[in-house]
Amino acid sequence: MYTTDLSGKDKNAAVAGVAEDPALIAAFEARVAADEFIEPKDWMPEAYRKTLVRQMSQHAHSEIVGMLPEGNWITRAPNLRRKAILLAKVQDEAGHGLYLYSAAETLGTSRDEMTEALLSGKAKYSTIFNYPTLTWADIGAIGWLVDGAAIMNQVPLQRTSYGPYARAMVRICKEESFHQRQGYEIMMHLAAGTDAQKRMAQDALNRWWWPSLMMFGPPDDKSPNTEQSMRWRIKRDTNDELRQKFVDITVPQAEAIGLTVPDAALKWNEERGAYDFGEVDWEEFYAVVKGEGPVAKERMQARQKAWDEGAWVREAARVHAEKRAAAKLAAE
Amino acid sequence: MDALATYALRLGDDSLILGQRLGEWCGHAPALEVDLSLTNVALDQVGQATHFLGLAGAIENAGRDADALAFRRDVMDFTNCLLVEQPNGDFAQTIARQFLFSHYQALLFEQMARVKDERFAAIAAKALKEVSYHATLASDWVVRLGDGTEESKARMVAGLDWMWRFADELFVMDDVDAAAIAAGAGVDKSALRAEWDARIDAVLADATLARPASRRPVLGGRAGHHSEHLGHLLSDMQFLQRAYPDATW
Repeated sequence: MYTTDLSGKDKNAAVAGVAEDPALIAAFEARVAADEFIEPKDWMPEAYRKTLVRQMSQHAHSEIVGMLPEGNWITRAPNLRRKAILLAKVQDEAGHGLYLYSAAETLGTSRDEMTEALLSGKAKYSTIFNYPTLTWADIGAIGWLVDGAAIMNQVPLQRTSYGPYARAMVRICKEESFHQRQGYEIMMHLAAGTDAQKRMAQDALNRWWWPSLMMFGPPDDKSPNTEQSMRWRIKRDTNDELRQKFVDITVPQAEAIGLTVPDAALKWNEERGAYDFGEVDWEEFYAVVKGEGPVAKERMQARQKAWDEGAWVREAARVHAEKRAAAKLAAE
Repeated sequence: MDALATYALRLGDDSLILGQRLGEWCGHAPALEVDLSLTNVALDQVGQATHFLGLAGAIENAGRDADALAFRRDVMDFTNCLLVEQPNGDFAQTIARQFLFSHYQALLFEQMARVKDERFAAIAAKALKEVSYHATLASDWVVRLGDGTEESKARMVAGLDWMWRFADELFVMDDVDAAAIAAGAGVDKSALRAEWDARIDAVLADATLARPASRRPVLGGRAGHHSEHLGHLLSDMQFLQRAYPDATW
């Protein structure tokens, strides 16, 4: 069950500070421009490798930390069907984390190294998971809005230039689209329910709307990595383009079930064929990125606790595997 | 509720409460693979609970479906065995519970898959595939932890020690069991004991662990007399249905 430890291997073909061969760079850029997939054994610029490890591990961490707000309602799911669906959904997220860590490991960074970077605060995860799940409606809102936003971000990644990442995304997108539908279905049910349920649903939309818009990242003019990532085909659409697309798709969905999007500036713009919407509170976004989200401490505490309390189990599995391997060798 | 409905209810309650306990691990397990496997077992148990509680409600024929039975009964009407409601404790304690219970469930469903009553036989046949995997998974962990490090061994011993007093209850027969057997739905659980002992002992030997000493069994779950833990589990599980009795979800 434990992956190969890659941490001791010579992971970087290029040593920092040593100039990379311009011919190799040119060949690489040409392949990417021609929409070819780059595979683990292919030569790649060190900066490309680093950007990918950052993005993929951040993505994997988001899946894992994202299990916590939803896991918060597994024991309290309101009926057996909802409980089974939620268990399956959170299990899917764990699976996504697993594929993504494995895909990132092909770039020479081990899962343990990535986990340690998360726990030390060096690696980031999606800001959205630093908001709390207060009522059952939050489970609906997460599926509908958060997974909905994730799909917008991820569908283009199925054509991202790094092969293992692109292939992981194909499977992940299929599951996310199911998650989005089940979340919307929860909201639909609540919005058509008792007054207390309607209130729960509207309150969840009020709290999750703006953080969902933040999931697309800072505005294009303040996104330092976008240009390079677009050129390398790691990213295929800008943050603002994806955010607009999300708003345009989601607003009619809210209207269809009688919920109100909490944005006084929201208005259909006939000329643009798109919604105009209010300014995201970027000060809040940057604060949450820095670790000041309402439940950031709880999330990190939970991950740290699981990691620390699981150490003896992982160690036992490792020692046991060694004992069995030695016994097998002795018997041969 | 008549004996046959009660029989289905007991089976459903065992699965429901164990599934609920395992669900508590989600997001907190020692490794991602373990998280996935525990959630998988939880999901199987919730599925079995849905089938058996649905069957109990259908036999009772008083308008209660699986959800009404799961979410609208209090402690003394729950009929699960005491083993499944035990707290997760550390990972070794969770594995000890799973190990003892899954081997019992596998033996039970092997027999139940062959009973005359097709409703019980069908659920058991489907569940048998699941619980056989659970038994293998738990056994593998008992061996890894028992024959791992000093610490893991000590924890595995402690986990088994916690759970062992609840094992005998699994095999106790009463009037409900007798009526279910007479109706062509039940299994003679007392007859499963020898094979259960053999399977448990074989795994413990492989794990370099001694079989825990026999002790006075703690009983009462089938009659609604539970440990202190179940009430807390129910207050968590049933919260929404209790707080919003007129809502559907």
